[in-house]
Amino acid sequence: MSWLIDNFAYVWSLTVRHAWLSAVPIVVGFVVALPIGWYADRHPRLRGSVLGFVGILYTIPSLALFAVLPGLLGTGFLSPVNVIIALSIYAAAIMVRTASDAFGSVSPAVLDAASANGYSPAQRALRVQLPLAGPVLLAGLRVVAVSTVSLVSVGALIGVSSLGSLFTDGYRRTFNTEIVIGIAATVLLALVFDLFLVLMGRVLMPWASLGRPVRSAA
Amino acid sequence: MSIWTDAVDWLTDSAHWSGDDGVPHRLLQHLGYTADTVLIAAVIAIPLGLWIGHTGRMRTAAVSITGALRALPTLGLLTFIVLFIGIGLTPPLIALVVLSIPSLLAGAYSGLESVDRQTIDAARSMGMTEWQILTQVEIPLALPIIVGGFRSATLQVVATATVAAYVSLGGLGRYIIDGQATRDYPQMVGGSVLVVALALTLDGIFAGLQRLARGARPALSPSQV
Repeated sequence: MSWLIDNFAYVWSLTVRHAWLSAVPIVVGFVVALPIGWYADRHPRLRGSVLGFVGILYTIPSLALFAVLPGLLGTGFLSPVNVIIALSIYAAAIMVRTASDAFGSVSPAVLDAASANGYSPAQRALRVQLPLAGPVLLAGLRVVAVSTVSLVSVGALIGVSSLGSLFTDGYRRTFNTEIVIGIAATVLLALVFDLFLVLMGRVLMPWASLGRPVRSAA
Repeated sequence: MSIWTDAVDWLTDSAHWSGDDGVPHRLLQHLGYTADTVLIAAVIAIPLGLWIGHTGRMRTAAVSITGALRALPTLGLLTFIVLFIGIGLTPPLIALVVLSIPSLLAGAYSGLESVDRQTIDAARSMGMTEWQILTQVEIPLALPIIVGGFRSATLQVVATATVAAYVSLGGLGRYIIDGQATRDYPQMVGGSVLVVALALTLDGIFAGLQRLARGARPALSPSQV
């Protein structure tokens, strides 16, 4: 505990860095995945190949991806951009599947009703389908957030500092306290992200917490 | 990019294909860790998962534990266990077993849950014992999802064994970790390419197995596992 007090500034700066390295991929992955998932849901024949492709992306081990990306992108080997892009790819890979399931869970009758009320396809997608898919999207995003926060620490192995640096440093110095604090801080950060998403969900989708059925049986 | 030609040079250099540092030896090591870990984890998780799925007990606990384990940083767990127990082969294997249990557990219980209640009731009304229901109805019907659990557990171990090279485990991860330590980027990239190829191959094999498990009986639901 005294180690934490003495090194609080260091741990805090790593936490902020870690949060930043996690937040960007979560947001990028979500924004990229939404239209792809929506498109895949609307084109059943494409759905299989799109989901198969993102499934393959998720299969690539993170450390290998961190190491290969500089060659593909022309970025420096120690650049945090490699970690951000690799984790954005994973986040998008999980989110595309969830998004296509989420959009698919909206009852066709509701969409027909929206069309009958004169909604244009774009209005229908944004103002009817997106809100109704919201709760399922949120559930997927929470998974993405937690696993992204956990994966960022692997970047420490290729020299991109984050809370993972506490693991490599603690290991080099045979100092367990530092590792335990690193684990606790990472789990805590994941919880904070998760809590933030749940609160965002409450604010953006007040109807979802009223206990009314959100999804009609598909 | 020259890094790619360098990596190809590294991969095609015959010096890297023999001996204890050679690709075949490292590949076999990597596969060995993966097989050992998944087998040990399966012995623990599969009976437990089947019990949870069959009885419906402890489900909430199982779901929250699998969820919480996802937040645990792999690298932290690894370094912690190594410092706790000491350097050697056992600590990283323990960490890998711990990491692969949730996928196997979730595969087993959610597989059993996916079986239509009416089918189970029908089996029970035909006079099947609970054991017969489990082995002759639930497990066969749940097989694609159970295999799916093995698929994600295996891939997770392949990926994490790479990270475990940092705590002096062998395997293909050595090329990435050693390459990083000596700024030997062609070695890092060459090793990464091998790891990716291994992961994709294993994933393909498991996809085939899942299709076999699904095809061995009349089609289940059309939804993807």
